Amino acid sequence: MGRGRQGQGARVIELQSVAMNYGGGELFADVSLKLAPGSFQFLTGPSGAGKTTLLKLCYGELVPSAGQVQLFGQEVREMRRDDTARMRRRVGVVHQDCSFLDHLPLAENVALPLTVAGRAADAAELSELLAWVGLAPHAQALPPQLSGGERQRAALARAVIMAPDVILADEPTGNVDWEMSLRLLTLLVELNRMGKAVLIATHDLNLIRAAKSQVSARVLRFQNKRLQVAGADL
Amino acid sequence: MSARRDRRRQAIPAAARVVPPSGFTARLTLFSAATMAFLAVFALAMSMATGRIADRWSDELARTATVRISAPAAQMAAQTAAVLAVLDATPGVASARALTADEMQVLLGPWFGPDLPLASLPLPQLVEVVEAPAGIDAEGLRLRLSAEAPGAVLDDHARWRRPLVEAAARLRLLAMVSLALITVTTAAMIVLAAQAALAANVQVIRVLRLVGARDQFIARAFVRRFTLRALVGAAAGVAAGLVALFVLPAASTADSLMADFGFSGAQWLAPLAIPLLAGLVAWGATRASALTMLRGIR
Ligand SMILES: Nc1ncnc2c1ncn2[C@@H]1O[C@H](COP(=O)(O)OP(=O)(O)O)[C@@H](O)[C@H]1O
Ligand SMILES: [Mg+2]
Repeated sequence: MGRGRQGQGARVIELQSVAMNYGGGELFADVSLKLAPGSFQFLTGPSGAGKTTLLKLCYGELVPSAGQVQLFGQEVREMRRDDTARMRRRVGVVHQDCSFLDHLPLAENVALPLTVAGRAADAAELSELLAWVGLAPHAQALPPQLSGGERQRAALARAVIMAPDVILADEPTGNVDWEMSLRLLTLLVELNRMGKAVLIATHDLNLIRAAKSQVSARVLRFQNKRLQVAGADL
Repeated sequence: MSARRDRRRQAIPAAARVVPPSGFTARLTLFSAATMAFLAVFALAMSMATGRIADRWSDELARTATVRISAPAAQMAAQTAAVLAVLDATPGVASARALTADEMQVLLGPWFGPDLPLASLPLPQLVEVVEAPAGIDAEGLRLRLSAEAPGAVLDDHARWRRPLVEAAARLRLLAMVSLALITVTTAAMIVLAAQAALAANVQVIRVLRLVGARDQFIARAFVRRFTLRALVGAAAGVAAGLVALFVLPAASTADSLMADFGFSGAQWLAPLAIPLLAGLVAWGATRASALTMLRGIR
């Protein structure tokens, strides 16, 4: 068990010389990345470069073709299925497709990570969280009744309800207008100020520029199958 | 959202609600559990009835025959002695003994009352023959008896039942095979229904895994449902089966299969095990299907 390795590794997601290959040639190789507490990073690159893939590696949905992925001190290949489940409770993910359980009202969807962990949601905390993302009036709405922006904010609320150490957001502003994008960004910056590691995959350079005025963010870019730190030349 | 719907939702635990209700697999499970339980009631009744018949008849077969001696009082003692001598010399006879007057009194008492004046009645003398496991050659014995004691008649009334006992035992085996087949079929139906439900909910299961659900948690949501449905369906099937047994016309012919069909005494409790078995089968079948399917989702 990775429990023995406390300290730094216990709060960090770390990729070392990772390569990914879906079967038809290498998608990327030699990717190293560390999500330490309090860090704020953007992941960018053209569509199809592997941003979503890299995020999936960070919460154990995929196993790399080569290299090591350490999730809170545990090597992903050595994790049993229950380890994976427990690890995911420490990572808040805003998925690209914002998948919800369409038969459950929004409030229950947001509380779902608690439910599956066998814990009851505190009603007051839940309403506070919904109010924070501006969805209090929609608590009883079913997900299909929500707009794109509402779904994105609901996904963010669900991602943070377990007070995770790490937030991964895949195109969180993918189908919302600029105003809503800024609102979501502000929420993510707030979370980062609380000490959480934040990694946002986006191809929206305006969003990155807007973020840089609020927080010191590092920008990583996929280029020629490698991950590079982008300079000021966005 | 109506208050009633809210209340109903509150009644189901949150962990059970993560899987959406699924009409068709629910109905399939309920229906197949009910029909299979209905059939199981009859197979069980058949197994128990044939068991009882086989037991009773084979006990009777077990090895007793009677020699009845009807003779004038003067010759009775001599013929009895002759019969005992013949029996003594017959292979396959374990023991033979003339019933005493007291034993005759006990035998006849229920019919004629305790004050029967035995001595004054021209009663036949009964000789009880206990057969060795190999049995006796009834025809040979009959010939020898008629030569030695003209008033003696060998009564091996139970003998004709031997093929019936065999038939009953075979029917019982058949009933048990039916029960086994019903169990296997139920399991197969539930596996199919569970797999359909799992396949219909792949997306739900993916979401659950992504937010940190353990396999046990997801499997339980399905197992709970299918077990409950199998229990309820089977209980309904058993109830219908028992009603059908009750209204079955009671045949009055003694010893006929029909007269014995059904359950007797504490056996009426046996069908109650059917819903429990159905629940157990559903539990195992759904759990196995769910855990197998989950292995394909990270
Ligand atoms: N499950 C998969 N199987 C095979 N190929 C995949 C799979 N998922 C993604 N890909 C391919 O990998 C590449 C990168 O996809 P993705 O990580 O979604 O990129 P991005 O998020 O940067 O747009 C794409 O070409 C995509 O077609
Ligand atoms: Mg993507």
